[in-house]
Amino acid sequence: MATLILASGAIITIGPMPITIIEVYCTILDKFVPGIFSIESMINTVVWQIRLPRVAGAISVGLGLGICGCVMQAVLKNPLASPFTLGISSGANFGVSLAAVFGITILGGPYFLIGNAFVFALLCSGVIIGLSGLKGATSETMVLAGIALNYLFQAMNQLFSYIASDEQRDVMRIWGMGSIGGLNWNSIMVIAVVSMICLPLLYSKAWDLNLMTVGDEAATSMGVNAGHVRIFVLVVSSLLVAALVAFVGVIGFIGLVAPHVARLILGSDHRYIIPAAGGLGAILFLFADVIAMNLFSPSTIPTGTVMSVIGVPFFLYLILRGRRKEYWS
Amino acid sequence: MIVKLSVKGLHFSYGSAEILRDVNLDIRDGQVVSIVGPNGSGKSTLIKCIDRILNPSKGEVIVDRQKVSGMKQMELARMIAYVPQNSLRVFPNTVFDVVLMGRRPHLGWREEARDEQKVWEVLGLLGIEDLALSLFTELSGGQQQKVLIARALAQETGVILLDEPTSNLDVWHQIDVMEILRTLVRSQDLTAIIAIHDLNTAARYSDTIIMMKGGKIFAAGRPEDVLTSENLAAVYGIHARVRNYDDIPHVIPLKQIPRKRGRV
Repeated sequence: MATLILASGAIITIGPMPITIIEVYCTILDKFVPGIFSIESMINTVVWQIRLPRVAGAISVGLGLGICGCVMQAVLKNPLASPFTLGISSGANFGVSLAAVFGITILGGPYFLIGNAFVFALLCSGVIIGLSGLKGATSETMVLAGIALNYLFQAMNQLFSYIASDEQRDVMRIWGMGSIGGLNWNSIMVIAVVSMICLPLLYSKAWDLNLMTVGDEAATSMGVNAGHVRIFVLVVSSLLVAALVAFVGVIGFIGLVAPHVARLILGSDHRYIIPAAGGLGAILFLFADVIAMNLFSPSTIPTGTVMSVIGVPFFLYLILRGRRKEYWS
Repeated sequence: MIVKLSVKGLHFSYGSAEILRDVNLDIRDGQVVSIVGPNGSGKSTLIKCIDRILNPSKGEVIVDRQKVSGMKQMELARMIAYVPQNSLRVFPNTVFDVVLMGRRPHLGWREEARDEQKVWEVLGLLGIEDLALSLFTELSGGQQQKVLIARALAQETGVILLDEPTSNLDVWHQIDVMEILRTLVRSQDLTAIIAIHDLNTAARYSDTIIMMKGGKIFAAGRPEDVLTSENLAAVYGIHARVRNYDDIPHVIPLKQIPRKRGRV
């Protein structure tokens, strides 16, 4: 937590416009206790309107995706489960394409892209959750179904890009790569409110998730209604994921990697690894975003892309080095 | 005689296939009870129905004079523990963590010193304290079985159900696990109900044997009354000789009884 505050402070200073770390903290404090420091209005604008929303967005999105990945892996008993592999992100992506190319929208107004993304993300998780209610559906079935949906939506997107105009294709492309550049204080408020409702609900199931990692039958015999917990966790986490990806687009890797790193460090108790996965998700995403913003400065590359380019080698290193203690030993 | 657990008119079906048909049982306190029968005769299903891992379509299970159907899953978990045949091994758990899971029905959010002490106590009872910090996934089959039994003991229930605890073990570990179970039943005042394939192991360690065929109880009673040549022929379709050795019946299977034409 302290690392996060310090890192955020430092990260705000990096960017096309030089600002010192002291100035950053002064600017932030000034908002709450006006008149103590003398702040240039230029710095004030940059910090409050550009840098801080980005940092706050990165933290809340990383936190949410990390935790959702962690609980999804536990209830599906599959180390491959994540918001991305279950097809929720690509569902949202499909919704955006549909809106961009055909103008088919569920919600009107300025939020029509986000509205569509949200609805299609929910639709996608609805299919997965519906599957889990079927008799004989195992957690493998659900992960397979998610991956299948992933392919379907990707294919649809490619199909759309044939008939789309250049302008429409740009919307699809940028959204598909995932970026937090479009976040403002309003969207961050929405994300924060949804997170504040969903995350405690997920965390309250930490003990049940511990038991479920050893199998549904054993969990049931120890007093956990495995079926109910699975559906509850999937519903709550897909709601949160839908809200996140609706604003920031497809960001694949973080929900997979953050929980695994948390497990490598802290073991298997979900009372500890749920918050750890969230914290790691936030930190990873923050760093990915700094690089995205500054690598080809002044132009900004999508955070999702950076995340995968840096994250994948790092993740491979971790699982290979930690093999002895891991799942596929 | 105190009846610890009774099963009344239990039916269970998967779709249209009836797995259990009108099963009735009374099991006394402080006994080792073995359930034997051919593959598909309903041994494991019966055990799972008792612990409500599967929901019976008809009938009632009663533990300590309370109906299981009226209980919350958590309450039931304080009365009946279940040792699965094997444990899912997707995520790495330490032995200590696995056994601590058994305390779940007794604790709220945080475990207390008392719970940790209980875990050490049951690990000691099974002689596996030194494994406490090993990863469950890295243990041998026999050690894993002991850890799962330890977890069931940590649940502090009067009844322990075991689903084929010896089927994946070598002879030494089979004897080890069964000796442990018998000792625990005597010293901790437990009732153990074991689904098991090995008739001779069952005969040697059980107070009561229940023999199932086609979802029904075919015979029940003391080992020497249940394990007879006639019963084995009727239930398993084999010619077998039963000899007493140290007052324990010993089954020597000879050959299959040729099946009549038209039957599969």
